[in-house]
Amino acid sequence: MTKPFLKTALALACLALPTLAHADGTLDVVAQFEIQSPEPSTSGYIFTRMGVAETLVNANADGKLTPGLATSWEVSEDGLTWTFALRDGVAFHDGKAMTADTVVNALEIARAKPGPLRDLPITGMVANDGAVTITLSEPLAALPAFLAEFRSQILSPASFAADGTGVAIIGTGPYRITAIEPPLSLDATAFAGYWGAAPHIADVSYSGVSRVETRALMAESGEAKFVFGLDPASVSRLNMLDNVDVLSVAIPRTLLIKVNAAQPFLADPNARRALSLAIDRAGIAKAVLRYPEGADQLFPPSIAGWHSDAIAPLDYDVEAAKTLLKDLGWEAGSDGILMRDGERFAVTLTTYPDRPELPLVAAVLEQQFRAIGVELTINTTNSSAIPAGHQDGSLDLGLIARNFSLIPDPIGTVLSDYVGNGDWGAMNWKNPEFATLVRSLARGEGGDAERAAAAAILQAELPVIPIAWYQQTLAVSDKIDGAQIDPFERSFGLQDMRWAE
Amino acid sequence: MVAVLIGTATFVMMRSLPGDAAWRIAAGRYGYDNVDAAAADAVRAELGLDGPALPALLQWLGDLARFDFGNSLVTGQPIVDEIAHQLGASASLALVAVLLSLLIGPPLGILAGLRPGGLLDRVLLVVSTGIKAIPQFLLALVLIVVLAVQLRWLPAAGHGEARHFILPSLTLALGLAAVNARIARDAMARIADMPFWRFAKWKGLSERQTLMRHGLRNVSVPLITYLGLQFVTLVEGVIIMESIFGWPGIGHALVHAIFSRDVPMVQGTALVLGLGFVMVNALIDVAVRRLDPRVAA
Repeated sequence: MTKPFLKTALALACLALPTLAHADGTLDVVAQFEIQSPEPSTSGYIFTRMGVAETLVNANADGKLTPGLATSWEVSEDGLTWTFALRDGVAFHDGKAMTADTVVNALEIARAKPGPLRDLPITGMVANDGAVTITLSEPLAALPAFLAEFRSQILSPASFAADGTGVAIIGTGPYRITAIEPPLSLDATAFAGYWGAAPHIADVSYSGVSRVETRALMAESGEAKFVFGLDPASVSRLNMLDNVDVLSVAIPRTLLIKVNAAQPFLADPNARRALSLAIDRAGIAKAVLRYPEGADQLFPPSIAGWHSDAIAPLDYDVEAAKTLLKDLGWEAGSDGILMRDGERFAVTLTTYPDRPELPLVAAVLEQQFRAIGVELTINTTNSSAIPAGHQDGSLDLGLIARNFSLIPDPIGTVLSDYVGNGDWGAMNWKNPEFATLVRSLARGEGGDAERAAAAAILQAELPVIPIAWYQQTLAVSDKIDGAQIDPFERSFGLQDMRWAE
Repeated sequence: MVAVLIGTATFVMMRSLPGDAAWRIAAGRYGYDNVDAAAADAVRAELGLDGPALPALLQWLGDLARFDFGNSLVTGQPIVDEIAHQLGASASLALVAVLLSLLIGPPLGILAGLRPGGLLDRVLLVVSTGIKAIPQFLLALVLIVVLAVQLRWLPAAGHGEARHFILPSLTLALGLAAVNARIARDAMARIADMPFWRFAKWKGLSERQTLMRHGLRNVSVPLITYLGLQFVTLVEGVIIMESIFGWPGIGHALVHAIFSRDVPMVQGTALVLGLGFVMVNALIDVAVRRLDPRVAA
């Protein structure tokens, strides 16, 4: 019985040997994201990052908008009519030419699905000769930035079923998909008919690997050439290796506590200031996140205009926090937890494990809040508990990571999160002065002085309590030259990479 | 019958989980950066989640009778396609692991069983107990660190090529082999102690001939019976391996479907796994019956 087995195994091993040789001509990209289906509204960010699909407008590393599939754009005097001139000679991967009609078709499909385009005051999109005209019911200075977001990617009409569901990703990018196997893999090769410069590396592949430890090991073993999304512990280990370069850049994402300002304990701005003073941000940054510093205001330095050097930084001062709470009528009870009118200062902090650092930071916050007599119960659950708790008012505190520049102009996020009733922003907090400032900025009036003034209001009132600014880290094999991190997380930059000499 | 039971049980369990399904599905579809009330409402409207439970269950059972599993609530793809893709990946991994474990475990077990108390027997006892005691994810990480990171012989993770099979299947196989080596050893020791064994030797057969003619068939019966039980361990192990090695398998799919309340996907995967268990055990019963004339009699 063993003999036939051994023979079969040997035969299998011989068959397998030729494929054991690694195809080294492929640039393997590994990240945590899973490909759900060829649907731009859900998995679209993978296709734009891999250079398969493109948008009308691009953004550079400073967040400045640059031409993409549109070469230029202009707005009418009244701010209600935008015209985007389209690039000539652009072809989709199926050979079809990109025309104004195909662009309008892709944008209309995107606008019918959940996403940022749907909530814009768009009244119509018209295809003209070589240009697309978008009309609005009210001025919106940030419209080009919305068209740089991944859900606004321009795909060939053949990419969609009759009901608008994505069935294939036929984009215009430097790479075209040769094989896609949801949920974990995608192969692409250079597209000969690309309008721009041909990529240096012809074959690329994407693999979704959900465990960060595995991703780090793949970088360490040289199995993957470009590994996205590393945890602090892996970064310190990978930094010691010669064959891997670790790149790191500050991205416009902030780790913050979302506060329910209608919760009786938290309604007074001084209570929120006290919680803020109790947080040792430098300690959390160093010990948990291994970042050089914590956040001293909501907007990170990479968000030009909104980050202000003029406003007083958030401090760590336990004694000042205790004094503030004492002035609000709180007295320490027998177990050290504050009491007022027979009620304990006990609140729930809701967070989610999708970003592995969140539960860790929550555990540290529990200790730091206890030091000022505030009892924290941590509830680590599904990420949808944050918006759901916002909607039904059950949330006390939420520890979240918020990206301000999924749309490269933060005005969209600021408007929805702190003026509208955005699920991931302020909760039961309204400030008329702030709302007026931000609305006029959204119309295109005012400049950096108004942005700084708006940021100062958030700093004083603390509708959310900032903790840290994120760093994005990735590991690149020393066999690759020309890798850069896009702080706006729009592209992996594969077309600019080349094999090291 | 099994299908109806599994389908109904998963349906009831998924319905009774706390939390609003529309929110969970929206989080699964759009990710934590983009899940908001608008997305949840769109999901609710699209899927009619507010409807009563009984008609939804009856409809699922009706569709099932026509072999229609429906579409995933998260990806919108037909569940049959998703499961076929994922089951293929898991099944090939599991099959390689079982074959590998049979190559490692029983031969060692038989050799040890022929000399109970010998050096090999004692070493095998220690090693197999040790391996069984290590959690599989730890074993997997140790193998990655040694074979992929230190020695650079094998890829750390990924799938699609033959070499990606080696580490995950080896991890699974070591766990399985640790147990079936013990089973083979005990069976062999018991058989070698029987009168017919001594008779076979007395009539002049060599040790090797005795084993081939009289030993293997006897040892294989408990081994194969136990293989049916190991199927459960295997499913468990495959889920862990898929998460560590980045395999697109059915375990991975099931875990994600539960997180995002993808009820038809959970029902489909649970059904396939349940029927798979029934089928494997039926096949094993048939195999045992053919191997062991005493059962048939």
